[in-house]
Amino acid sequence: MRHSARIQVGPVRFRIGSDWRAPIAAIEALYVDYPRDDARPADATVHLFAARPWRRWLRPSVHIGGDFVVPDALPLPLAMGLLAAEMGMNLQVALGWRRHLLLHASAVARDGRAVILSGESGSGKSTLAALLGEGDWRLMGDEFTLIDPASGDALAFPRAVSLKNEAIAEMTARVDAARLGPLLAGTPKGDIRHLVPRADAIAAMHVPARPALILFPRFGGEAAIEPMGEGEAFVRLTEASTNYTALGEAGFAALARLVRGTPAFGISYPDSATGMALVERLWGETAR
Amino acid sequence: MSAVRTLVDLLAGRADAATLAPRDWDGVISVARAEAMLATLAHHLRDTGLPPAVAALFADQRAAARVAQAQALWEVEMARRALAPQGIEFVLLKGAAYAAAGLSCSEGRQIGDLDILVQALDVRRAENALLNAGWEWVKSDPYDDFYYREHMHELPPLIHSVRDRMIDVHHTILPLTHRKTPDALALVGDAVATVDGYAVLCPEDMAVHCAAHMIADGDLQGGLRNLWDFHCLTRDFASADPGYWGKLDGRAAMHGLRGAAHRSARLARDIYGAVLPPGWDRHDPADLWFRRRLLARDDWGRQTDFLLQQAFYIRSHWMRMPPLMLAKHLWTKWRKGHNPASRGTSSS
Repeated sequence: MRHSARIQVGPVRFRIGSDWRAPIAAIEALYVDYPRDDARPADATVHLFAARPWRRWLRPSVHIGGDFVVPDALPLPLAMGLLAAEMGMNLQVALGWRRHLLLHASAVARDGRAVILSGESGSGKSTLAALLGEGDWRLMGDEFTLIDPASGDALAFPRAVSLKNEAIAEMTARVDAARLGPLLAGTPKGDIRHLVPRADAIAAMHVPARPALILFPRFGGEAAIEPMGEGEAFVRLTEASTNYTALGEAGFAALARLVRGTPAFGISYPDSATGMALVERLWGETAR
Repeated sequence: MSAVRTLVDLLAGRADAATLAPRDWDGVISVARAEAMLATLAHHLRDTGLPPAVAALFADQRAAARVAQAQALWEVEMARRALAPQGIEFVLLKGAAYAAAGLSCSEGRQIGDLDILVQALDVRRAENALLNAGWEWVKSDPYDDFYYREHMHELPPLIHSVRDRMIDVHHTILPLTHRKTPDALALVGDAVATVDGYAVLCPEDMAVHCAAHMIADGDLQGGLRNLWDFHCLTRDFASADPGYWGKLDGRAAMHGLRGAAHRSARLARDIYGAVLPPGWDRHDPADLWFRRRLLARDDWGRQTDFLLQQAFYIRSHWMRMPPLMLAKHLWTKWRKGHNPASRGTSSS
């Protein structure tokens, strides 16, 4: 392909190829401070391409391809090329990664121990993790948390945080503008702006953390904490995992060990400050 | 050198994995993935000096393939439990057969749908037994359903409602409208049992079916993988039985598939360095186009040579049905708004 970039996020090394320069330039700008190991081949490949040659210039639209593809995925306008790259990277990890049990969850860590936040989009798990990551927590990731079947540890996947809609204003007020990507307005997922995690979180991206707390946040409603049994946490996390079935017995063993060794709670919160306070409270009371 | 060439050179033993640069691996890994051969490559290169990142990725692929094969073999057992009580005997085909028989090409091989062969007179009963055991029709349109039942060598695909796995029930190995008509009765009648008691095609028929599937039926999508199967099958069978190639020749002729078997053997020599038995070498100018089609991938794993792909797609239909019927079929498909280029090798 005409343009390409290689980046590494946590244990995954990506090769991203594009028919246009712009998405590659945007990715390189966002990931410029991530550790590089150019002697290492890529684990996953993403293609950003024009379906017809003239569509490179004429109403350019970016199709997302790669090792793994979703049939009939809609293309994005070139101005959203960065989002296309992000979606392509997520897709390769979600469908192709087999080394670890993959949880669709955000995570933060302190003193080598991790809080895993699992929830559907709109639950606020990304925003909560991003906000905690600006305090005295290390952001491990806003999208995927990887569980090592051998050790039971959580591994970080600290890609650039994908801030959406209201979360954009909430975060831009707090962080250095140099850590923000361009505003992508009116995408199929609403407004999006990327936030580069703090330098210490990126530097520690290969450092595992022991799971200490599993939370299922729900944005909206009164502040509430609901203890959750191992069985329910297990079932919810199978639904939050894209490779649980593919890993077979190893996936079952890793997940069973995770829910048996880690207290789990559902939390509801009306605003971010309350959500953060609930996390701190549960951390102080129950994390082990 | 192109990544796809490097891939086949690694499989053929013409290239040394230790000499590859990181950039070479990028392409080889992408192409192998696109050909569904990454775990096969991982097995093939397991004890060679690999860069640590490649060794780790390959270990992942081998482990994932082990799990996938166990799941595929479980599906075989589920089919047996559905069909055996009705007294319906079935023969495993393709990936599931290779795995059940423990053949070398099954190492790391991806197994898609479960393909089984039953006698034509058992098809209806097999269909009912599977429907009663939890399989259901994949939602398809009436024309596709009619087409399968009237002209194809298999039932429309069934999917299990709980396990979400597909089964294709064949009653022969080429479409009924195909110019060649293999002897389906002999395929079933001469099947052999694995140590676990499953039936698979006899060694000659297994290679004939592999060649038929690759050369006489499809448009060479996934051709490198099928050719690797053919290469491993014939090499291993011939080393166990010195008379194998002669028997294969006769058996292929009986099924009307001698040309496909010979072409597969020549391509296996050209691409994977297979040893061709005496009397099998022949110069056929068309081999060039098959080789080009098999190797039509760029270093990002994408298909190249669009016109050649289209030519092979049209060829596959040309062999599958007489011209008038083909015209009618394509007209119906076109009116229904199907896009032939995006369809696989099924009934389209």
